[in-house]
Amino acid sequence: MASKSINILVKIWRQNGPLAQGAFEEHALKDISTDMSFLEMIDVLNEWLTRKGLEPIAFDHDCREGICGMCGAMVNGTAHGPDKETTLCQLHMRRFKDGDTIVIEPFRTQGFPIVKDLIIDRSALDRIIAAGGFVSVNTGSPQDGNTILIPQHVAEQAMDAAACIGCGACAAACPNGSAMLFASAKVSQLALLPQGQQEAKKRAINMVLQMDKDGFGNCSNHRECENVCPKGITIRNIARLNREFMKASAAIDH
Amino acid sequence: MQLDSKIPEGPLAEKWDNCRFSNKLVNPANKRKYEVIIVGTGLAGASAAATLGELGYNVKLFCIQDSPRRAHSIAAQGGINAAKNYQGDGDSVFRLFYDTVKGGDFRAREANVYRLAQVSNNIIDQCVAQGVPFAREYGGTLANRSFGGAQVSRTFYARGQTGQQLLLGAYSAMMRQVAAGKVQMYTRREMMDVVVVDGVARGIVCRNLITGEIEKYSGHAVVLATGGYGNVYFLSTNAMASNVTASWRAYKRGAGFANPCYVQIHPTCIPVHGDYQSKLTLMSESLRNDGRVWVPKKAGDTRKASDIPMEERDYYLERKYPSFGNLVPRDVASRNAKEMCDAGHGVGETGLGVYLDFADAIKRDGLDVILRKYGNLFQMYEKIVDSDPGKEPMMIYPAVHYTMGGLWVDYHLMTTLPGLYATGECNFSDHGANRLGASALMQGLADGYFVLPYTIGNYLATVEPVPTDTNDSAFDASVNMVKEQTEKLMKNTKSGKGKETVDHYHRELGKVMWDNCGMARNATGLKEAIKRIPEIRAEFWENVTVPGSGQELNQSLERAGRVADFLEFAELLAKDALAREESCGGHFREESQTEEHEAKRDDENFSHVAVWEYKGEDADPVMHKEPLVFENVTPSQRSYK
Repeated sequence: MASKSINILVKIWRQNGPLAQGAFEEHALKDISTDMSFLEMIDVLNEWLTRKGLEPIAFDHDCREGICGMCGAMVNGTAHGPDKETTLCQLHMRRFKDGDTIVIEPFRTQGFPIVKDLIIDRSALDRIIAAGGFVSVNTGSPQDGNTILIPQHVAEQAMDAAACIGCGACAAACPNGSAMLFASAKVSQLALLPQGQQEAKKRAINMVLQMDKDGFGNCSNHRECENVCPKGITIRNIARLNREFMKASAAIDH
Repeated sequence: MQLDSKIPEGPLAEKWDNCRFSNKLVNPANKRKYEVIIVGTGLAGASAAATLGELGYNVKLFCIQDSPRRAHSIAAQGGINAAKNYQGDGDSVFRLFYDTVKGGDFRAREANVYRLAQVSNNIIDQCVAQGVPFAREYGGTLANRSFGGAQVSRTFYARGQTGQQLLLGAYSAMMRQVAAGKVQMYTRREMMDVVVVDGVARGIVCRNLITGEIEKYSGHAVVLATGGYGNVYFLSTNAMASNVTASWRAYKRGAGFANPCYVQIHPTCIPVHGDYQSKLTLMSESLRNDGRVWVPKKAGDTRKASDIPMEERDYYLERKYPSFGNLVPRDVASRNAKEMCDAGHGVGETGLGVYLDFADAIKRDGLDVILRKYGNLFQMYEKIVDSDPGKEPMMIYPAVHYTMGGLWVDYHLMTTLPGLYATGECNFSDHGANRLGASALMQGLADGYFVLPYTIGNYLATVEPVPTDTNDSAFDASVNMVKEQTEKLMKNTKSGKGKETVDHYHRELGKVMWDNCGMARNATGLKEAIKRIPEIRAEFWENVTVPGSGQELNQSLERAGRVADFLEFAELLAKDALAREESCGGHFREESQTEEHEAKRDDENFSHVAVWEYKGEDADPVMHKEPLVFENVTPSQRSYK
């Protein structure tokens, strides 16, 4: 690792509350080590602001290893920044050049109201899961795990879908503000597995209805979502959700 | 403080049955009259919330993140152990029990660990039924892999994301109860105090992290599932928000704190690379199956790894531990890396790193095979370090990872404060002085799915099923205490006197803890820490600056509150480490080692749980001992030579 330093100009969104007027704030940052993660760069900026007696930038983050799904922002117009299949916390400053201007904004979509600065309210995603993203099995004594056989390739496909971290980048990148990639990942995981069959119809209908209720748009195949998904979830899942939804709508027994 | 472990009567294998049979029950119609507060939504909290909701109890569930799915259980990579014996390789409940007790260096309760092994199989069944996509064999059966500290293959996994998948399973089950109206979810709330009314836990006080309001919540019982305290070291593999506040406040309200000095330092993490660094990243232990650990023989050698010829490399683990080699347990691997670096053999810019080299494995099996096994880890490493482990050896260094100590609980998982329970990493119970890989997920889910739901009924059956409220003056006293603390934290900024940031003090505390209370400890260093911590604490309160106000979303204030508690807790950790004059598991006292520099336990004097009781702001805490009795296994000195 050849560490070096760069100077950058950061234009970052400040907004004091959901209804407050927001604006970009500019900060020139000197001697940023290229080994730093993107969030560590914001940490450095925040330490500087705090020492100046100014309020640091509010942003969500937690695990900083790309799995909790808490962080996320638009970096130069792209959700989670320029690297493929990378969350914001795993983006590193070596991706930028000396003299670069970096524009940082919160994820913007109707379903995610802004709370403060880069922090957004993604509780709608929890509501979509509560609408049907589960298998109704009480804790107790289910049958032995090996009595449910699942071919390896099916388990792998289900795992591909289950890898979703619920960061919301898909909805933020979608011109329609659709959360279809998110919802379809959960629907797909369970639709692929035998455990999910009993409630498949109810699940597809209810999760889509909840998505509508929370103000998310529909999918019209822009594919922006899979382009920014940090976990590489594909829109094949959306096709599967559409099939599940149509099957369910045609049935009368759900 | 009374320490009644409530270990049930009878032979080991019948204790859990006996406990369940002798427990009082709450009838189904009455369950809906009880309210249970659960703090934390990791594996232990989410699984308990789902199960208690299913049973009919009303659950109020709290988490600090924006969604319960963010809890740090999500980051666990490797897997979850269970005694299924699907491989037919000689596993059994007793063997899992034995491995776990031995791995913990004979510092855990036999009865608890045996129960853990017993319910391990139910966990796998439950998770499969939920749709957790565990890895499968071609024929569709569940796949297993091996892990450190065991000679059987009993670890179930979902790629390198087992924690994520198990947590999402528990989260889904819990969200189903949210939809059913049985679990009320309170996100972005930080617990600030446990409220004690007439000697029992009856509620909590929280800070609403969005509005800054201090809120009161009541319940018939309170469960803490708030994780570990690894961030007392500033740098750790824990998430940024992981903290000790909930356990610490419970301790100050009367819950005993057990074995705070037991901290697991994981050998394979990406080394520290700069002062600005905010956290450390774990590289799965499984890498040691194919990677060879080495350092240059010559101290201060700055040549590139590829320029150092074979005969000038020291494969020190293979040299010192010929039979276990690179697969020695975590504590041994960590300590040896430190020794090498302390002696000047460390590599990388900071000299605090050792090589984990895959060149021989690649030569033997081909790059393809190695990438199939570790591809995602290689990628993660390359993203962070900007170097390809397929071409250059990885650099690794130990980092704080897991804390075995925690709130003392009895066999029912109740703390010394009646009505207050602790589950998962937040309690001290099952891992003794060292946790084996793939056992954290097992314990979190065992507590939440299969233990607490049985034992909490035994307590609730003795509590009158009348609605609770927050009218007692104890609630207001807690609210006022929290408000006063907030004002105190912000006063320096108001007066213009505050100079330093919260992180500055956190870093300073972390350095003292790492240097004096890290992988190797001695009386001189620990005494130094015990002297230094109160000084940092005083400087913190004198000089810390916290901008903004308490009546809004204020992340500086959140961090300040957590660091203030770490600054108190750290002292207890150091005191416990000083009092335990033996080496065991993750706790290595330099004064207590064999001639070959291995950890030397002292069963005669230290075969006990050290439980600390809070005696007030200016008084020293008092240590109580719960003796550990081994009736089914014989404690032996661990050897990996």
